[in-house]
Amino acid sequence: MPDLQAAVDDFVIKLKRRQVEGSLATAKSTVLLLRQVVSHQRIPSSGPASSLIDAVKSVGSRLIAANPMELAVGNMVRRVLHIIREEEATIVAAQVGVTPVSDSDDDADVHGVPGLSAVALAAANRTALRAPSLHNLLESLPTSAGANVEPVPESDTKSRCKSSDKNSKSWKLKHGVIDAIGLLLGEIENYHSEISEQALEHIHQKQVILTLGRSRSLLHFFREAKKKRSFQVFVAEGAPRYQGHKFAKELAAMELQTTVITDSAVFALISRVNMVIVGAHAVMANGGIVAPVGMHMVALAARRHAVPFVVLTGLHKLCPLYPHNPSVVLNELKSPSQVLDFGEMSDCLDGTDGSPVHVVNPMFDYVPPELISLFITDSGGHNPSYVYRLVAEIYSPEDH
Amino acid sequence: MESGGGARRGRMVIDPKVRQVGFVTPGEQDGPAGVSSSSAQVNAPDSPAPVMIPPAPRVAVPAAADHSPPKPAAPVPIPPRSPPLPPRNFDAEDEMPLGSYNPGGEGVLAGSPNSSYGKASSEKAEIGDLSPTMVAELNSSMMEMSLERSKYELPVPEKENESTADVISERVEVPAINNNEGPENDARQRKLKDRTSKAERRALQESQRAAKEAARASAAVAKAKPPPQKKDGSNEKKGVDKKPVDKSGEKDKKKEVVVPEKDKRKDAPAPRLQFDDEQKVAKARRRAIVEQTTETKHRVELFRHLPQFVPPTQLQALEEKYLQNDTMHIHPAVYQVGLKYLTWDIVGGNARCVAMLEAFKEMIRDYTTPPQKVMSRDLTAKINSHVSFLSTCRPLSISMGNAIRSFKLKIGKLRDTLTEAEAKSSLVSHLETFAQEKIILADKEIVKHAVTKIIDGDVVLTHGFSCVVEMVLSHAHSIGKKFRVVVVDSRPRLEGRILLRSLLAQGLKCTYTHINAVTYIMQEVTKVFLGAASILANGTVYSRVGTAAAAMVAHGYRVPVMICCETYKFHERVQLDSICSNELGDPDALVGVAGRKEFRELVGWDESEHLRLLNLTYDATPADYVSMIITEHGMVPPTSVPVILREYRKEPIL
Repeated sequence: MPDLQAAVDDFVIKLKRRQVEGSLATAKSTVLLLRQVVSHQRIPSSGPASSLIDAVKSVGSRLIAANPMELAVGNMVRRVLHIIREEEATIVAAQVGVTPVSDSDDDADVHGVPGLSAVALAAANRTALRAPSLHNLLESLPTSAGANVEPVPESDTKSRCKSSDKNSKSWKLKHGVIDAIGLLLGEIENYHSEISEQALEHIHQKQVILTLGRSRSLLHFFREAKKKRSFQVFVAEGAPRYQGHKFAKELAAMELQTTVITDSAVFALISRVNMVIVGAHAVMANGGIVAPVGMHMVALAARRHAVPFVVLTGLHKLCPLYPHNPSVVLNELKSPSQVLDFGEMSDCLDGTDGSPVHVVNPMFDYVPPELISLFITDSGGHNPSYVYRLVAEIYSPEDH
Repeated sequence: MESGGGARRGRMVIDPKVRQVGFVTPGEQDGPAGVSSSSAQVNAPDSPAPVMIPPAPRVAVPAAADHSPPKPAAPVPIPPRSPPLPPRNFDAEDEMPLGSYNPGGEGVLAGSPNSSYGKASSEKAEIGDLSPTMVAELNSSMMEMSLERSKYELPVPEKENESTADVISERVEVPAINNNEGPENDARQRKLKDRTSKAERRALQESQRAAKEAARASAAVAKAKPPPQKKDGSNEKKGVDKKPVDKSGEKDKKKEVVVPEKDKRKDAPAPRLQFDDEQKVAKARRRAIVEQTTETKHRVELFRHLPQFVPPTQLQALEEKYLQNDTMHIHPAVYQVGLKYLTWDIVGGNARCVAMLEAFKEMIRDYTTPPQKVMSRDLTAKINSHVSFLSTCRPLSISMGNAIRSFKLKIGKLRDTLTEAEAKSSLVSHLETFAQEKIILADKEIVKHAVTKIIDGDVVLTHGFSCVVEMVLSHAHSIGKKFRVVVVDSRPRLEGRILLRSLLAQGLKCTYTHINAVTYIMQEVTKVFLGAASILANGTVYSRVGTAAAAMVAHGYRVPVMICCETYKFHERVQLDSICSNELGDPDALVGVAGRKEFRELVGWDESEHLRLLNLTYDATPADYVSMIITEHGMVPPTSVPVILREYRKEPIL
C-alpha cells in the first residue's frame, strides 16, 4: 500500500511538472498506475465494485487535477471505471442467470414482476450491460431514469445480494478488471498499427500531403503507405515546439519526399496540397479536436481550398467532455521564452509601468468539428458528427 | 460655330451613356465602327477609353480595288464623321473646366468603386467616409488626364478623317452641310441604331471597316501619286476649316501608329522569366553581367520556375568579378546597394526602392555621355545593366520595378535639345520627386487616413514589420489614442521584433506572439493593419509570407483587415496563388531557431536526398479577405485597384 501511494504521488508530480507529456505516454502510465491501484485494493465484503470505483476515482481525480490539460488521463480513468462497471455487471448477470444478450427479451417479464432483486439489478446495470442501440435506449428509458435518481439504494441491493459468496466473487471481479485493463493497455499500445493499416485506403500515388508538427501515429501511417505508394509531404515546422523538424527528418529517412516549410507558408502552399493529415492531442465529444497550436489556421486554410482535413487519433484520445470556450479553457500558456528571446529584448522589457509587453504562447488550438473532414481511429474512419456515439460506446454515462 | 454648339449640346446629353460604353468595353464593341457610327460622342475628348486607337492596320494596300464595292454602303454612317472635328478643338479649351468633365468624374465613381463600396461597407461599416476625398481627387485627376489625352489624341481621329476624306472628297461636302444639323443627325443615328438588329449592326460594322480599309489603301495609292491628292485636299479644305489638320496628316500617321503600341505594351505587363524554361534562362544568363546560379541541388520541384536563392557565399565571386572585369561598369553606389540587398541588410519594398533611387541618383550625377553616343540610349542601356546587376543580388521587388519603369520612361522622354547637364539635373530631380511624392508624402497621407480608423480601446493586430503600419501606429499613439497592439511574428525573419522594439520604445502596450497563435489572439483583436509588397490588379495583396494566413484568420473572426500600401506599388499583373510568382529565401534560415539552441534536427539537411527546405518570401492574399486598402488617394476596396491603376498610372510620372 505505501509503495502504491508513492507511485501515485510520483506520477502526480511528474504530471504537474509536465515531465510526462504526450497523450500516449500519459495514457499508458495512467493505465499502469490504475491497474496497480486495482490490484492493491483490498476488496471488502460489502460492495466490492463500489469500493473499487471509489478507489479509482480518488486516485483519478488527483491525477486529473495534476494536469487538467492532459485529457488522456481523465479518459483513462473513465475507461477503467467503465471496465469495472462492465465487469461487475457481467458477474451480476451471470449470477442472476440472465445473460446480457438475452436480457432485452425478458424485459416484458421483468416489468410484469416487480420486487425481484434480479430485476432491480438488471435495470441498474442495463446501460452498462447492453450494446448501445436506439432500441435499447428507448426501452430502458423509464427504469434508467429511476436508477439515476436513486443511486444509493441500487448499491444497497447489490451488496445485499452479493454478500453470500463474496470471496470468490470479489476475486473474480478483480481478476476480470485486471484482465480488461490489460486489454486496454494493449489497445493503446497497438493503436498505431491499427490506424496505419488503413493508410493505403487514404493515400494514393503522387499525393501531396501537408502536416504540421509531429505525430507518431502519422509516422506509422506514412510508413505503411510508403510501402506501396510514393507521395510527397510538406511539413510545417510547428512553432514554438518545432517538432516538424524532427518529423521531417524521420520522414526523409524513410525516403519520403519531404519539404519543410514555415508555418506562415501554409496558406501559400495549401492550394497545391491534396490532403492535410494531422495528429491531435485530444478529440472532444462534439467532434472538435484539441491539437498543437497552429492547427486551426491550417484547418481554415484547408477549408478555404476545399482540401480534406483528416485527423489521426487513437480512441484513448477521445474525451467525453463537450468543450466550452475551448481555446481558453482547454489550453495552456507556455513560457514566453519559447517565443521571445529575453536576452535579445532585455533592453526594452524593463518597462516602468508594469510589464509593457505580453507574450502569448498558447500550446493548443481548438479546431471545431465543421473544419474536420474525417477521423481515422483504431476503430475505423468516422465523421466528426459520429464521435459522440463512440463516446457513448466506450464510457459509462455516470463517469462523464 | 453653331455646329460646334450643336455637337456639344448633343454630347452633354449623351455623354454619360457613351462614357459608360467606353468604360465597360473599351474598343471592343464599338472599336473600329465607333468612329463612324457615333463618332460625335465617342470622340469626346474626355472619353477615357482608347476608342480612337485605330484597328491594327490590316495591310490591304494592293487589294484596294476589291474593297471598293462596300463604299456605297457607307453613306449613312459617314456624314457624322466630320462634325466632331472643329467642335472638339473648342471643347478642349472652352468647356473643360466647366461642366463637361463632371460626368467624367462621376463616371469613374459610378463605375466599379461605388458599387463595391456598398458591398464592403456593409461588411463592417468601416469604409463609409472615403468617398469625399476620393471623389475630389479622382475628379481632379480625371481632369488632368483628359487634358493630357486631349493633347495626345487629337491627331488620331483627324488622320482617320483625313485619309478617308482624301479619297471620297465629294462625299465630304455632305458632312459640311450636315454640320448644321448635328443633333438631328445624331438622333437619326440613334434611331437607326435602335432599329437595326445586332446582326445588321454587325454587318454595318463590317462594311464600314471594309470601307475604311479601302480608304486607307487608296490613300496609300494616292500617296504614290501626290498631285491628285493635293488637289483633293484643297478641294475639301474649302468646306471646313481643316487646314491644320491636313498639314499634320502625314506626320501624325506615323506618330499615331507608335503611340497605341506603346500603350499596349504598358497595359499588359511583360511576361516574367520562367526559370524552368531552359532556353530562355540560358539566353538570360548570356546577357547577364553576373553569373547567376540557377542550378541548386536541393530545389523544390514546385518552385523550379523561380530563380533559386543565391547564397551570400557568392559574394566573393561577385566581388572578384566586379574588381577584375572592367566592362561591367557598375557604379559603386549601385554596387553597394546591391550587396546590401544580397545580404538582406536592406529589406522592405519602400526601403529597397529608396535605396535604389538614391544609388541611381549618384550614378546619374557621375555620368558623362561617352563620345558618339546619344545620352538617352546609352543611359537606358546603362540602367538596364545596373538593374540586372541588382536583380542578380536579389530579385527586384515590384516597387523597384515600377520605379525603374517610370525612370526609364523619363529617360526616353528626354528632349534632344537639352544639354547634358540639364538632362542630368532633370533626371536627378525626377528621382527625387519620385521618392518624395510616391513614397514619403504618400506614406504621410496614408498615415493620415489610417489613423482615423483607430479608435480608443482598439486592439490592433499587425504581422511582421511594415514601415507604413509602424508609422500609422506610432502616429496614432502620439495623438493620444488609447489602443493596444498585437504583433504577430513569423519565422524565419522575425521582423516583428523590430516593430515590437520600436513600439515599446514609444510606450505602446504590446502583445507579441507567433503566427501559429494568431487564431488564439484574434478573439480579442478589433482591427488588423497589414503592409503589402504590392497589390495586383485583381485585388490580390502580395506581401510577406504569413500575411495571407493572418488575413484569413481575421476574416474568419469577422475582424476588418486593412492594407496600407502606396499606389506606386500597385501592379497590373494578376495572380491567384502564391506559387506562380514568388521569391525563394535562404533555405538554411529554417535550420536553426533564433535564441533556442536545442533545435538542431535539420543541421546537415542537404545531405539527405529526400529532404528539402522551403523558405518562401511572399504570399498572395485573396481580395475577399481584405476589407479595404488604404492608399494615399484614399481608402478603397480591393475591387478598385484596377481603377486606381488605370487612372493614376496613365498620368505621366514626370
